[in-house]
Formats: sequence, C-alpha cells, structure tokens
Amino acid sequence: MRQIAIYGKGGIGKSTTTQNLVAALAEAGRKCMIIGCDPKADSTRLILNRKAQNTVMDMAREKGTVEDLELDDVLLRGFKGIKCAESGGPEPGVGCAGRGVITAINFLEENGAYGDDTEFVFYDVLGDVVCGGFAMPIREGKAKEIYIVTSGEMMAMYAANNISRGVLKYAQSGGVRLGGLICNSRKTDKEFELISELASKLGTQMIHFVPRDNEVQRAELRRKTVIDYAPTHPQADEYRELARKIADNKNFVIPTPITMDELERLLMDYGIMESEEAVA
Amino acid sequence: MSTMKINDHCELFQGAEYQEQFEKKKEFERPWPEEKVKEVSDWTKTEEYKELNFARQNIKINPAKACQPLGAVFCASGFEGSMPFVQGAQGCVAYFRSHLSRHFKEPFAAISTSMTEDAAVFGGLNNMLEGLENAYALYHPKMLAVSTTCMAEVIGDDLNAYIKTAREKGAIPNDLPVPFAHTPSFVGSHIVGYDNMLKGILKDLSAGQKKEPNGRVNIIPGFDTYTGNYHELKRLMAIMGIAFTLLSDVSDTFDSPNTGEYKLYPGGTPLSEAKDAVNALGTIALQKYSTVKTLEYIRKEWDRKAFTATPIGIRNTDIFFEELSKLTGKPIPAAIETERGRAVDAMVDSHPYVHGKRFAMVGDPDMLLGMISLIMEMGGRPVHIVCTNGDKHFEADAAELLASSPFGADGKVYAGKDMWHLRSLLFTEPVDLLVGNSYAKFLVADTGTPLIRVGFPLFDRHHLHRQPIIGYQGALNLVTMIVNKVLDEMDRKTMHSASFDVIR
Repeated sequence: MRQIAIYGKGGIGKSTTTQNLVAALAEAGRKCMIIGCDPKADSTRLILNRKAQNTVMDMAREKGTVEDLELDDVLLRGFKGIKCAESGGPEPGVGCAGRGVITAINFLEENGAYGDDTEFVFYDVLGDVVCGGFAMPIREGKAKEIYIVTSGEMMAMYAANNISRGVLKYAQSGGVRLGGLICNSRKTDKEFELISELASKLGTQMIHFVPRDNEVQRAELRRKTVIDYAPTHPQADEYRELARKIADNKNFVIPTPITMDELERLLMDYGIMESEEAVA
Repeated sequence: MSTMKINDHCELFQGAEYQEQFEKKKEFERPWPEEKVKEVSDWTKTEEYKELNFARQNIKINPAKACQPLGAVFCASGFEGSMPFVQGAQGCVAYFRSHLSRHFKEPFAAISTSMTEDAAVFGGLNNMLEGLENAYALYHPKMLAVSTTCMAEVIGDDLNAYIKTAREKGAIPNDLPVPFAHTPSFVGSHIVGYDNMLKGILKDLSAGQKKEPNGRVNIIPGFDTYTGNYHELKRLMAIMGIAFTLLSDVSDTFDSPNTGEYKLYPGGTPLSEAKDAVNALGTIALQKYSTVKTLEYIRKEWDRKAFTATPIGIRNTDIFFEELSKLTGKPIPAAIETERGRAVDAMVDSHPYVHGKRFAMVGDPDMLLGMISLIMEMGGRPVHIVCTNGDKHFEADAAELLASSPFGADGKVYAGKDMWHLRSLLFTEPVDLLVGNSYAKFLVADTGTPLIRVGFPLFDRHHLHRQPIIGYQGALNLVTMIVNKVLDEMDRKTMHSASFDVIR
C-alpha cells in the first residue's frame, strides 16, 4: 500500500487534481482511498457526486465522542469503488482544525479503514503545513510520498518552497520523501520552464504539467471528475498521464528548499520580475 | 521548652471564631434563606429532578475517571529502571504524582518537559530534546517511557520524530529504550492511557526479539492499583509452578519497604524479561478494558495467544486457573483448591447477611464486572452500575453478566454517567450498600448509603490497596469487607435496641 500526501497553496487545485488523478487510477483498476484533511471537507465531492459527506468530526460531535463512532458512518464509496473519508473540523475562526486531522486519522487507522486490499491512500491536506496537525499525514508509518501542487504564480511557488521546508524536517527524522511538483497551470508566462526550474532547485522533478481547461470547471459544476464526466476529453488523458507517472514514479528525494532571495532571482532570471536595480 | 496547643481541624472549625466567619460568608456564598436551600435540596431527591439530571448533556459532575497520561505514567513506572517522561505541561504531571501518592502513600517520580507558551507556538521539540538529555544525565534511567498531556496533543507533537531527532543529536544514547504513547487527556480515560503506554513499551522492547517460545506466561494486571494483588499473583503462580512475567509490575514502585534509604527505581519488571515477553506461550490480561489495544497488538504482531481473565470472585477465579492450566498444561494444585474451599466456606458463613441486599456501584469497567460477579455469588443484588469510562461494549458485557443470574434481575448499567447521576438514583431507588472509591463518600454524606471502598483512588482509608481483591484470597477479603459493612450498619442502627447483639 502506497500512502501519498498532496500539499500546496490554498486554492491551487489540490482537491480537484487529487480527485481527478485518483479517478484515473481507479479507472485503471487500482484500489484507492482519499482522506480529506481539511475542515472545508471538499476533498471527495467529485468522487461521491454529492455535496460534502459526513465528516469524522461532524459525526464525533453528533455522537458526543469519537469512541462511539462507527467506521461505516464516515467511510463511503464513490466512483469505481474509491473509498472516501473527510476529517472535517471547526467553522473558520474557532477551535483547532489540526487536532481534527489527528483525531480523524487516528480513528480511521484504529478502525481498519485502510483495509488489506487498498493500493493507494491519498491525503488531501489543507494549504501549507501550518501546524503539527497538518503534518499528521506525513508522520512515520503514514504517507511516505509527497506531491506539491503549484502553478507559475509567485505565491504558489513560495508556498511550494515553504512546504518543502516542512517536508525536509520530517524527511530528516523519518522516511517521507518528495515525489515531485504537479504544475496545475494558471497560464502564467513561461510557466512550464519556471516550475521545471523550481523543481530542479528543490532537487525534485515536475512530474506533470496539467494544462488549464474549462472542461474541469464544467465537470466540477456537475460534481464530477473529468474522468467521470467526459472520459474522452483530452483533459481526462492529462489526468491519466499524471496518474500513470505517479504510479510509476521512482524519483523520491529529500527536498533542498531555497531562500526567498533565490526564489526572487529565479523569477528575475525568467523575466517575470524586474530586479530592484532595473526598477531604479 | 514551650508547649503549643495545636487544634485538630475537626475541632478547630467547630469553634465560635470559625462558625462566626462561616455565618458571615454565607451572604456571599449562599445568600438564600435556609428554607429555600432545604426546598431545593429536597427537590434534587425527586424523580422529576432525576429525569432532568439524566437529560443533562454539557456538564459532568464528579465523573469516576482520571485522564490518559495518569494511566500511562502508572504503567511506565512498573519496569526496571524506567522513568515516566511526560511531554507536556508541568501542572499535569504534578497532578499525576500527587494523585498516585495520595492513594499509595508513597513518593512517585515522573518527569515533565515543562512546556509553556513558546512551546505551544513553536512545537515541543526543544522541550523534548532538553528533557531527554537532562533526564538521562540526572536520573540514569534504563528506560524513558514517553507519554503526552493535552497540550502536546493539540499542537500535534510527533513523538516518534522527536525521539529520533534526540538520538541523532546525541541527547540520549542509541541503545536507551525510549518507548512512547500519544495519550491525549481529552480522549478516553486512565485505562486507555495505560493500554496505549503498555503497547508502546512492548512494541519498543520486543523489536527483533522473537525466537522460539520460552515456556513462560505473560500476565498483564491492567490498571490495577492494588499492590496486594501483585504480591498475591506472585504467590499463586509459585504454587502453580509457572514461570511468568508481569507486564507491568508496579508492586515495588508503590509498596517498597522502609529501609531508611530512598530508591528512585525500587523494582519493576526486569527489562530482559520484558524483551523476552514476545516469546511467551501466551498472555493473560487480568483486565479487559485497560488492555484492548495491547492484546490486539500481541495477537497480530507477536502472533501469540492473548486473552482476558479477571480473577475477581469465585467463578472468575475458577476460569482464570482453568485457562492458565490449559495454556501451560500444568494441573491446578490441591493447595489452590483448598484456598477455594476456604473462601467458599467463608461466603457460606456470611451469606445470610448479604443475600438480597441491594448494591449500587461505581468505578472502572473491569472492577465493576468483577464486583457484580462476586456480589451475585453472595446472593446480593446489583442495582445501579455506574461506569463513567465504560462504553457500549462494557454495557453489553455487564448486561450479559447480570442476565446470567436471578440476582442480576434488578441491575441497570449506566455507561458514561457520573456520580451526580448516581446520587439521583440513590434517592429515587435506594439501595443498601454502595461500592466505590473515596470520592463516593460525598454520596454517603448526601444519601447515607454505607460505602464499601473498592477501586481507585482510595485516599481516605489506609492500606486497603495492600489487601488483594483477586484470587480466592481476594474474594475472601472482599466478602469480609462487604459483610462487616453490613454488620457495622446493623450495629449502628440497633445500638439502642434489643437487637444490638454481640453475636452476628
């Protein structure tokens, strides 16, 4: 069983990318599971074709304690039998979402949610690794591979670099490795080259460049992945290609994060940002 | 030499000076007329109040449970040279230490990493590194067993990664066992913490040790705070002629002889034995609910037999010996049968006084299951069974046990309820006797139900924990406590009547 964590800046398309690539794996006959680690609980709606499912934390709150929770309450099956669970968590501005992730993953593990036949478990994790709770999926014995979703936008690259710093910390004491950057294109200038270069600076690869296509949006509005909604569309093949590359990936590294100055220099080298001298 | 008269506080607070003060404070603490207080107090004894009380959701009043790390440090202290080490705030650890000391009347050592505000923000890695380094340098432990308080759990400290980092940075030697367990106080109770810590310790110590079976038997006492039980087990196993390993053996930690010399590590399960536990014929846990995860781990990872047998009461002790005999192939010696006979004889002697008596009881799930069994064997009728840290599995176990005897017909199980619920029950459906820990004495004050002190903590009576409550001898001890409470009560009630007899 391979456990894989997907990180990336908020709004970059982690959940969409994860669900599409998992749908492609499932379509190819692989047994998969997605665990949403985000209080927004939107990591599985395209697989389940419906609005957010009952989350572990919602159900725990309803029952009064997580100990009274049954696995069937929170583990659902969607497209091609993909197993889905959402950690859930508090409303914005209150409580501790990180603890929700810890509680949910512990519950799923202790109750045998992963099963013996699951080949791939994907953790779709909120934004940056903001606190210990959001590093839960990459603790030892859990996800050993990480992919970071990014785009050519500076803040997305900045986040990717920051996440690499978090991964580095865990990679030194545990077995977690970076498997690559997934570029979810925003059609910014020289995006392919820029992310390839960032990947090489981080010591890893750009595992796939997912082009921007409105078919993704159309499928999402119908609560479906592109694989499910428009299987013959070229965009579906892009996700199949990403899925194949991840399944075959052998390139796992301890990342080498760069400094803010280096990141800015990279943007200058590609002519995206003017140097301070040039501005003056 | 000057003499100073020191008033006992029992008398002191009855004096005019204090009584006057109490009267003045009433204005701030209880500014209602006595009639009103009496009226409300009487209302809390009604069926109407009971219904409201049982409908309450957002508050627990006098819950009969402690928190996970308390169970974890208790478990950790039962191994040779082992120092309980808690990643978290200092106040929590002070509480574990005082709680255990008040029960056992013994000093208890445990380490806190003193996490404060900055650790809450930046994570507790530095506290862990410095803590491990200092603990090793100062106290020379053979094992540091790490558990956590709420604080470390909320911020998501990764113990495994931290301990590895500590080894890499040279804070502790590579060969020092540092097992760990995540023990959030806001989940489960002390029995779950015990389970988590024991599993962590066994996992750590047994790594790479699996060989051919060594013919020994592992016995896990569970969260058992009766040092007498540990001594009794050793005596019984010697009679049986069975080589065994106690996991974990806290008997010396909490019952060390007074030699005039303080020992930081007074005993415990030898680490060599604990490491070899993976090669035992099988493992018997004497409690079910404090060993759920540990037994599952042993069955799955060690691939060895593991089961539960709680030897409280005659029938339960019979099962314990039968299972032990089946596991080891050793016959049950005549000496044990003689002990059984003596205990049964004593029960027959006392039976008339206990038969038909109605009991309420509160405590940990396994203690309750044992007590229900023993009380029904004496013809007593368990009525209210309150288990704050019991779950639906316990409810089912207890219901099944009650259904197995006509004496269980009045019994009702209340899992997740507290002692304030029990207070209501004691008013609306009164019983003759109450079984519980020292905190149940407030129920005695309110309801007048006589209390037989069994369980944890026992702060207000001495040495009860030194008397075994397991095995046939333990059954005899419990019968003695129960029947003498009945007789004390009878004397108290008949003191000035013709029934005040010298023979009972």
